[in-house]
Amino acid sequence: MKSSSIVAETFAKLQQKSRTAWQSLRDRPLILVGTATCGRAAGALEILKIIKEELEKHGLDAQVLEVGCMGHCYAEPLVTVYKPGFPPISYGYVTEGIAARLVQDFLGGDDPCLEFALAALETNDMVPALTDFPRGMIEKPIILDRCGLIDPAKIEHYIALGGYAALAGALTREPEWVLEEIKASGLRGRGGAGFPTGRKWETCRLAPGEKKYVICNADEGDPGAFMDRAILESNPHEVLEGLAIAAYAVGARQGYFYIRAEYPLAVERVKKAIEQARQAGLLGINILGSGFSFDVDVFQGSGAFVCGEETALIASMEGEPGLPRHRPPFPATAGLWGKPTVINNVKTLAYVPHIIERGAQWFRETGTAGSPGTAVFALAGKVINTGLAEVPMGTTLRELVYDVGSGIPRGKAFKAVQIGGPSGGCLPETALDMPIDFDSLSQAGAMMGSGGMVILDEDDCMVEIARFFLDFTQKESCGKCTMCHLGTKQMLEILEAITKGQGKPGDIELLLELAEDVKAGSLCGLGKTAPNPVLSTIRYFRDEYEAHIKERRCPALMCRELIAYYILPEKCERSCDACVGSCPVEAIYPNEDRIKVIDQQKCVKCASCLEACPPQYKAVIKLSPPELVAERGA
Amino acid sequence: MKTVTLTIDGRTVQAREGEKLLWAALENGIYIPNLCAIPGVKHPAAACRLCFVEIRGYPRPVTACTEPVVEGMVVSTRSPRVDRLVHTAFELLLSNHHLDCASCPRNRSCELQRIARERRFPLRVKRLRKLERNLQVDDSSPVVRYDPGKCVLCGRCVWVCREKGTGVLGFAGRGFERRIATFGDVPLGQSGCNGCGECTRVCPVGALTGKEA
Repeated sequence: MKSSSIVAETFAKLQQKSRTAWQSLRDRPLILVGTATCGRAAGALEILKIIKEELEKHGLDAQVLEVGCMGHCYAEPLVTVYKPGFPPISYGYVTEGIAARLVQDFLGGDDPCLEFALAALETNDMVPALTDFPRGMIEKPIILDRCGLIDPAKIEHYIALGGYAALAGALTREPEWVLEEIKASGLRGRGGAGFPTGRKWETCRLAPGEKKYVICNADEGDPGAFMDRAILESNPHEVLEGLAIAAYAVGARQGYFYIRAEYPLAVERVKKAIEQARQAGLLGINILGSGFSFDVDVFQGSGAFVCGEETALIASMEGEPGLPRHRPPFPATAGLWGKPTVINNVKTLAYVPHIIERGAQWFRETGTAGSPGTAVFALAGKVINTGLAEVPMGTTLRELVYDVGSGIPRGKAFKAVQIGGPSGGCLPETALDMPIDFDSLSQAGAMMGSGGMVILDEDDCMVEIARFFLDFTQKESCGKCTMCHLGTKQMLEILEAITKGQGKPGDIELLLELAEDVKAGSLCGLGKTAPNPVLSTIRYFRDEYEAHIKERRCPALMCRELIAYYILPEKCERSCDACVGSCPVEAIYPNEDRIKVIDQQKCVKCASCLEACPPQYKAVIKLSPPELVAERGA
Repeated sequence: MKTVTLTIDGRTVQAREGEKLLWAALENGIYIPNLCAIPGVKHPAAACRLCFVEIRGYPRPVTACTEPVVEGMVVSTRSPRVDRLVHTAFELLLSNHHLDCASCPRNRSCELQRIARERRFPLRVKRLRKLERNLQVDDSSPVVRYDPGKCVLCGRCVWVCREKGTGVLGFAGRGFERRIATFGDVPLGQSGCNGCGECTRVCPVGALTGKEA
């Protein structure tokens, strides 16, 4: 028998077994509890415990599964109930009481508790489905498709829903075919820079040498980014399958997951996935009888941000300090232990099985010509629906912020969106209708980055945001090259001075000069992109910088040294002492008319009085520059 | 060994194929500023960011220490873009350097002074802020004096200490806190340093100096 038919036959048996296991789940009620990190942070493990206790107490027969993240992190803990005769319904913001009611009333009785329902997972006559909401219409999940619907610790769930079919299919063809398919798909690296994945693989495949490696880069470190973590926690097999296909295409026999140690749950689930894949014969020697052998290990990074950079990642795996090296040589020709090495981001690898299974042409149907496929964004900051969203490339920022994210909380005005983390930039309101893909973002001075998206509102000072991100890169700079470790330090010093009202004329120009030189002259990607938040905020919000420098005024009333708290005498309700009691430093006293006054000398600007003042009075305001207080005669 | 012919600043020079451009230039008497370059090292540190040059056909300046020479390469060591980058890197180093030339043992033999002379850079910090760190001088060794406030983090001492000394020197810390330290961060005098003094001979500035003279 030919090896390709052995592969097909072996895999068909595996698939049959998995499907039987998956279908048996449907025989009785099934409860899914999202226990990825976002769910756990909201108390999902408690909910899980209560559901199990309640089932036991009421003698009800139902299966309970731990699943990953569906992307609706804002509504965690999230519970989904499958009950024969009902559509699958997801419940958000589940409390202990709601959990108990779901068991008693829905499973015990026939009341689906629709008052707590978030949405149904399928279109039906009873409850609106996720796809009926604006978000559901914009989202087009490919790699997040199964996240939150399967138990990440059960390989049979993944296989039953079509998993590992791409690997089995690839193994029946030549590696060159796989490579060509990825090249034709136009897949670009989702780690941030958007380098064509097929070209990287080809370089590695053509590089001389017997020994080659593939590495999954899961050293996600951008502030506010959690896409890779969610995928590894929710569907680790998808990434593992992608890694195995990459290994087959480039000719590697050993692969690694480089996961930061701060992601213990991801590490645990990936390790478990590797073990299960080995047991199922999908990893190890002679996979599915194809003659191809490949195995994977997990390497835990120690949390240095710069280790997400390929050469620093390799150095850290080799036992050296995690410092970047000059490129070329690129890892694809001389990487781990000097051998040709492909390093791909988690999301990049997660796309691979889908492309191999459904074809390059199918992949190109989504997204834009230059950036095919979808993009996964982690929405964070001042947005109502924080969480993960997978949308086609070319979706506008407006759709993401307002339709997917449901807009800005508390009626505040949108100001900017920070895309791409510390390497990215801040885009203003005028960019809201820009279709986002790799190229449009870099033209606008931001960067796709790995998909972190922090939404900022009118209360956010753009100089402070630039300072925050530069402070991050400055602290995470490895210190090796002059441009980065001293250049960012100089820039940070200037930004700190500006936010303290000590900016000087010419500081903006000096920032721009330094930013350009640090970009052009740094050794690695960290330094080359570190000035982006500064450059983009100057480009779009120069007036805010100027207000800080020329008027000692923070327009967003955020920079502590440039604001003062003030109690409006005409609004102060004299008999109320809420602010006086809230002040930790006894800076507020009543004057002869019992109107409250803040002693500016004592005030530490903690904002306690602002929060304490009852909303019907709103007597406490912030003023900038602080000298305005004196003008008002306080 | 095959040799290649290339042009640097209009001069035709010969160099061994595959050799890094920086050495080809220096061996032919063409000066390119550099601090961290070590002859014969397989992976150049490329850390000091001073040896930028323009190569015809390249979109932007590149570091000469990392660029292997090829036949027919046309190089210029000066251009407005190169001068700007080198000046910024130099000024950044100065902003973090304890400028005390008059009483420095390396006065007149200091590489920073040489770069300033060759490129006509002022030896003071004008545009940038001075980044003072108040680091303590380590005077504990009988033969070597270590002034971290003058260190430019070139790494030559670390390399030579491993090649010829006892290997007690290494890098410690990250980012702005990065510095040269001994194993276990103990004073040099208690570090197992054998006093060979090689580090003082490779230090381009006055950070590691001998005490005998």
